[in-house]
Amino acid sequence: MTVAPERAVEMEIDTLPRTWLRPSEDRAERATAPIPRPVSRSTAQDLLVGVGSLASALALAWVVCYRLLPWGTVLGYVIVSFVLFLVVLALAFSSTAPGPVVADRVVAAAVTGGALLVGLAIVSAVVFTFVRAAPALPHPNLFTQDMSLTGPRDPLTSGGVLHAIVGTLIQIGIAILITVPLGIGTAVFMTEVGGKFAHVVRTVVDAMTALPSIVAGLFIYTVFIITFGLKPSGLAAALALSVMMLPIIARAADVVLRVFPSGLREAGLALGAPRWRTVWHVVLPTARPGLATALILGVARGVGETSPVLLTSGASTFLTVNPVGTPMNSLPLFVFTAVRSGQPILVQRGFAAAAILLTLVLTLFIVARLVARKKDSR
Amino acid sequence: MTTQLREETPDVVPATPRPISRRPTGSDRVFTIGSRSVGAVVLVITGGIGLFLAIQAFPTLRHYGLHFLTETEWDPDTQKVGILSVLVGTATVALVAMCIAFPLALATALYINEYARPKMRSTLVSVVDLMAAVPSIIYGLWGFFLMQPYLSGVSRWLHAYLGWLPFFHVDSDPHAAQWDQTRYTSSAFIAGVAVSMMVLPMACSVMREVFSQAPPGEREGALALGATRWGVIRSVVLPFGRGGIIGGTMLALGRALGETIAVVLIISPSFDLKFQPLEVGTNTVSALIAGRFGDASPAQLSALLTAGFVLFAITLGINTLAAGVISRSRSGAGTDI
Repeated sequence: MTVAPERAVEMEIDTLPRTWLRPSEDRAERATAPIPRPVSRSTAQDLLVGVGSLASALALAWVVCYRLLPWGTVLGYVIVSFVLFLVVLALAFSSTAPGPVVADRVVAAAVTGGALLVGLAIVSAVVFTFVRAAPALPHPNLFTQDMSLTGPRDPLTSGGVLHAIVGTLIQIGIAILITVPLGIGTAVFMTEVGGKFAHVVRTVVDAMTALPSIVAGLFIYTVFIITFGLKPSGLAAALALSVMMLPIIARAADVVLRVFPSGLREAGLALGAPRWRTVWHVVLPTARPGLATALILGVARGVGETSPVLLTSGASTFLTVNPVGTPMNSLPLFVFTAVRSGQPILVQRGFAAAAILLTLVLTLFIVARLVARKKDSR
Repeated sequence: MTTQLREETPDVVPATPRPISRRPTGSDRVFTIGSRSVGAVVLVITGGIGLFLAIQAFPTLRHYGLHFLTETEWDPDTQKVGILSVLVGTATVALVAMCIAFPLALATALYINEYARPKMRSTLVSVVDLMAAVPSIIYGLWGFFLMQPYLSGVSRWLHAYLGWLPFFHVDSDPHAAQWDQTRYTSSAFIAGVAVSMMVLPMACSVMREVFSQAPPGEREGALALGATRWGVIRSVVLPFGRGGIIGGTMLALGRALGETIAVVLIISPSFDLKFQPLEVGTNTVSALIAGRFGDASPAQLSALLTAGFVLFAITLGINTLAAGVISRSRSGAGTDI
């Protein structure tokens, strides 16, 4: 039997699946769309058991630490109550839930507790520094005077740490001038030019990041101060900081450039740009936020480093802006010497200098974050 | 019309490939040479230091021989110079630091990656990075002024209840009514706590980085099989991140060995060869350098440089191992468009 060709086409169209709209009365029946069950949030029962366990652990720890056993210190109480909290939590969950769930809840509590402890430690370190610095910080002379006319027992109304602030800024400034061009240049060499020699450089730079900072200071001390007979000075301190920072910055910049998308680089080269133009107009501008973050974090590390400065700068008590020939103080070094002196007022000054140093580092850190965020928004 | 076949052989130039040179020309030549020379300068600076230390170490090691590594005293006037006790002290402080930093770093990395809400994650990562940026002297002040009174109590507790373990022993009576607090201060334990704060963020960020690369497919597979969150961590995240855990810990250990200022602030130097972290008095290589460089004669300076070189060699070995472990783990695929 033969079918006319037109007829066959019609039939095919009829049997083919088509998109069709569900009639409205049919749709109305399932008006409530299925709501996915939230799996990541904890249930009310979890929350109640957790709070109850915490309360009972705190009470039990009080009994143990202050009534039963002579363990009554704040730290002991915290440790005992945390351990008891885990035990009580395990017992409470094991009455209602199977083993894997109990293990899950106990681990969750332990991990959260560990993270909380770390957070507490960092907050306590920052807050403690500022609290101990509080008596000295409101005096404006802290920022406008140096220690040349002030003895260790003089009150906080005279003397200040201006010389240390200026010294830190000068030293880190020189170190930045040395390390940033060299560091970025090396990173560009290692990623853009490459070759066997670049491999050697990368190996050595990676190895030198392991150099303890005190050994960097000892190196500059031996070479410049003992062998060449130069006086301890800001320049020597800056050189010691540079020696310490150079491998760190070169490596950080290298890490940023190494993950640079090669598609962009190849697009530049395919358009006929020479390599240096590709680097200058494509690679470096695109990697700028990442590079800036790496550099600022490296600088923040250098600002706070005490041990290289301790060996090389000499601790002056007077303000000097000359980095050559005269000793120069810096904030970390001032903190170190002041705190070691044991004079209560000088210790307070040391904490004030530490607070200023911390503020400087925090500022650098926030700037680094803001620069990095620009990358995300693009 | 007929097709005519050519009889004579045409003059064909044999196809020779166009010479392609990878040698840069013009401005690129300047760029290559310039960046190569920057690399060479950095190589000379950084490599020069390593070489200088090695050269300085050579006469000292020849003079004192192996006694340099086995002698415990540091008394250059009587020709008794050795770094055994400071090496043991360095290892003790670093070991204490790692015992504290490792579990906390692991917990923090897991918390940030697995438990914290996604919105909080970047903030918490910044806090950990901030911890890494805080100067070490701040942690030294924190350990010495804030934590020492509490930590000496912890030392006494450990001595009182676990004193039968040889490394928890202290020469003092922990149960005395007026316990001798000075025996428990300025110890390797307290210095180790301060150092642990310094190295913790480093270990944590390496671990977190690796954990965040755990393959989502395996994660979801575990969840689909009914695993709890801990089940996912135990069966997917931790095995995947094992390289990062080991590598991050070793990197932190390398940093802990070289830490100076916090240790100098806290410890009271002693040259006893002992492994009693709770008891007063210890010494580390870096603290030795910081304490002795000022009044050192050239020969002593060379001995100090040798001590620094030994420290550097140990740190370098640990870091190289760590880098190997990290790069051999399953993580670290390249970024590409």
